[in-house]
Amino acid sequence: MNTTIMLFLLQDGITNGAIYALLGLALVLVFAVTRVILIPQGEFVTYGALTYATLSSGQVPGTARLALAMGIVAFGLDLFAGRRALHAKLIARALAIDIVLPAAVLALTIWLAGHHSPIGVNIALSLVIVAAIGLFLYRIAFQPIAHASVLVLLIAAVGCHLALQGFGLVFFGAEGQRGPTVSDSAFIVGPLRFTGQSIAVYAITLALIAGLWMFFGFTRMGKALRATAVNRLGARLVGIRTALSGQIAFLLASVIGAVSGILIVPITTLYYDTGFLIGLKGFVAAIIGGLVSYPLTAIAALLVGAVEAFSSFYASNFKEVIVFTLILPVLVLRSLAAPAVEEEKD
Amino acid sequence: MMPRLPIIVFALVMAAIPFIPGVPPFWIVLLDNIGLSALVAMGLVLLTGVGGLTSFGQAAFCGFGAYTTAVLTTAYGVSPWLTLPLSLLVSGIAAVLLGLVTVRLSGHYLPLGTLAWGLGLFYLFSKLEFLGRNDGISGIPPLSIGSLRMIDPGTIYFAIWIAVLLCALLTLNLLDSRTGRAIRALRRGHVAAEAFGVQTPRAKLLVFIYAAVLAGLSGWFYAHFQRATNPTPFGVQTGIEYLFIAVVGGAGYVWGGVLGAAIVVILKELLQSYLPYLFHGEGQLETIVFGILLVTLLQIAPTGVWPSLTVWLPFRPKRKRPDTSLVLPARIRPAITPDVLLQIDHARKQFGGVIAVNDVSFDVQAREIVALIGPNGAGKSTTFNLITGVLAPSGGTISVLGKKVGHAAPQQIVKLGIARTFQHVKLVPDMTVLENVAIGAHLRGHAGAIASMFRLDRADEAKLLAEATRQIERVGLGDQIDQLAGSLSLGQQRIVEIARALCVDPMLLLLDEPAAGLRHMEKQQLAALLRQLRDGGMSVLLVEHDMGFVMDLADRIVVLDFGTKIAEGTPQAIKTNPEVIKAYLGAVA
Repeated sequence: MNTTIMLFLLQDGITNGAIYALLGLALVLVFAVTRVILIPQGEFVTYGALTYATLSSGQVPGTARLALAMGIVAFGLDLFAGRRALHAKLIARALAIDIVLPAAVLALTIWLAGHHSPIGVNIALSLVIVAAIGLFLYRIAFQPIAHASVLVLLIAAVGCHLALQGFGLVFFGAEGQRGPTVSDSAFIVGPLRFTGQSIAVYAITLALIAGLWMFFGFTRMGKALRATAVNRLGARLVGIRTALSGQIAFLLASVIGAVSGILIVPITTLYYDTGFLIGLKGFVAAIIGGLVSYPLTAIAALLVGAVEAFSSFYASNFKEVIVFTLILPVLVLRSLAAPAVEEEKD
Repeated sequence: MMPRLPIIVFALVMAAIPFIPGVPPFWIVLLDNIGLSALVAMGLVLLTGVGGLTSFGQAAFCGFGAYTTAVLTTAYGVSPWLTLPLSLLVSGIAAVLLGLVTVRLSGHYLPLGTLAWGLGLFYLFSKLEFLGRNDGISGIPPLSIGSLRMIDPGTIYFAIWIAVLLCALLTLNLLDSRTGRAIRALRRGHVAAEAFGVQTPRAKLLVFIYAAVLAGLSGWFYAHFQRATNPTPFGVQTGIEYLFIAVVGGAGYVWGGVLGAAIVVILKELLQSYLPYLFHGEGQLETIVFGILLVTLLQIAPTGVWPSLTVWLPFRPKRKRPDTSLVLPARIRPAITPDVLLQIDHARKQFGGVIAVNDVSFDVQAREIVALIGPNGAGKSTTFNLITGVLAPSGGTISVLGKKVGHAAPQQIVKLGIARTFQHVKLVPDMTVLENVAIGAHLRGHAGAIASMFRLDRADEAKLLAEATRQIERVGLGDQIDQLAGSLSLGQQRIVEIARALCVDPMLLLLDEPAAGLRHMEKQQLAALLRQLRDGGMSVLLVEHDMGFVMDLADRIVVLDFGTKIAEGTPQAIKTNPEVIKAYLGAVA
């Protein structure tokens, strides 16, 4: 093997791996806090990417309308859940988050349509839209069954994935799309060419990982989320609103998904259903990391990216087989060192 | 006993459907598809709903079944009937290999693990040359009996639904047996099951293989029904759909699998045929509506449709009282030559820096009631867990009848004749009292899974249930025998645990706070029972906080404080021991 090719593959692997790391982290986060195995994570990626691409081409993305529609449903659920103790503050808060925010975003996208809005505005809008969808998704689909078993939550997650993927096809069509790069600059080190985009991928991944680490280690809200993850009932007893924790977990996961999507859409063409596979590779990383450890998940994700790059070069036909069976030796190791399996209580 | 009549009626109705004039042929195709899905879903019910092992990979096992017969019948001209056992065998072997790796993983690793190899296998099917890559294999011969070739959906319909009914019966038989109780304890009571000799890893592997073989059977039918295979129906998306079917129908119920298959298959068909009219041909709307309906359904009926339906049934399946005249042979017990049953010598357990049990030594003699007391956190329950093999000691020795049992598993300890109850009750809440107690007699029965499926276990089973019934009546819960264990009061549940332990026919009974939650009269009855057991030759080691109860009952008392033994002696001596008073009441008193 020649070193140049190896370096190329490694570079490619690390770029993909960084994205998988982000998704793996989001999955671990959501699972820990809500016990939901977030199958629709991939939809957050495609929604982020394709919303950004659609905005960049001067059109109104369907996701903005979806966010408003979901917001209206969420508003109804909020009112229904709080019907015994309705007061102005609660209604105002629900109205502001559930309806005013997505409506304002939709209005802005319609107003911007046709103009060539700056990249920064497009990115910000895409993030807000997908974040709102993530938040409302938890409110609508998962909050009412927050106490159900992991299996039921999982099936609900699959239902959400199907619905969101279907919407994805309606909004973005079956054609693949690409988005404009964040930066066109590039520089060369030895045989390798680093594009501004790949640098952005590394930098943003690192920044997000550091940000999550600080959020969970040093902020009150982060600690509240960790408390919810360890013991829901205990967290409630000390005054943590577990429903809010769940919403924040979904909010973070959807933002992370959207960021990943926006980062890769200039590099690869994304289709409405690409997200599922990307999300699953994040899963592989998360499983290798054991669904509990953030640094291990990040390292595992880089490994997954590298294995994928190398196998697509040497045995491209079996690329997916290799990536997905990569998990088996890890599972073997885990089962050899398996701790006592906890009993399911539901 | 399962109700026979509804099953017979169901079978007759299914047999009559194709002969009803005016049934569109298309309905028969739908019913065929429902049957194929129901087979896979039934396996998932056992695996996921009952056993607690969630699998996304069942479609891949269908693939093993379908491709095995496809390759053998097209490339080698083997008769489809000969490939049936081979298809099942290949699925089974694949399940053994994948199962050995995956079933030991806990709750959420397992679904993700199955998702991963499910995807891997899908890509493997679609890339391998001899499986025809993405195009698959076509020209598979139809099933035929003599000159009857099952080409049209109306004839293979009978083969499929006979298989569905047979498999449902076999599965129900399996669940209602010694092995079945072990399987049903996997999800919510495996620690207790292990304490009574159930080899849980083996039971998990068993359900994994069982589910895979059912999926393989469905795949074999699929190949001969469609007369072609390609990788698409064996991907993870289909695997997810099978899981839907099981959950929507009711993941814990065999008929829930069949009902779920009907709901999902028909719903998808309706959406596909009517939505385009409603929304003028916008693509993919059916997945959106299907997804939303699914989430809504789960919010309305989180346990599935079948249990919500059976609530409305006019009749309740009744269980026959087991015939208590049947006698289960007593466990062969070694002669207790030295009088020491259990010898604990400098036992030690450390959790990191905490020494929970610190060089504790004591013994239990034959025909003796020994009480282990001490303030909370003294290490009493940890000592119990060391004796029963739930925890491995960090040092010291524990011997039973003179033989060291340092790192024995719980399953081996119970074989020595030591049975226990738990401080935090560990019963399977959705099993009846009788079924829970019968788990205690697990090691005294012998029938395996296959014998149970074909009802060859009835003699063995009747004796087990008779023994369980006797023990339930002995502890005074005869009236609650058919109630669900989860519906009893906590005190009664503790008594059920004692009955379960008695089913072992033990020489030593370990009771962890048996009197907690009992009323005064019940405590007296319990004390009388324990005295009676001692007089019958059994020894009892118990942890208890109720001093009146302990002082009246125990022959000898061992006192622990902060993991260390501070006193040992008769109740009289312990009552006046200054160390004990200090530990319980503080130095000043």
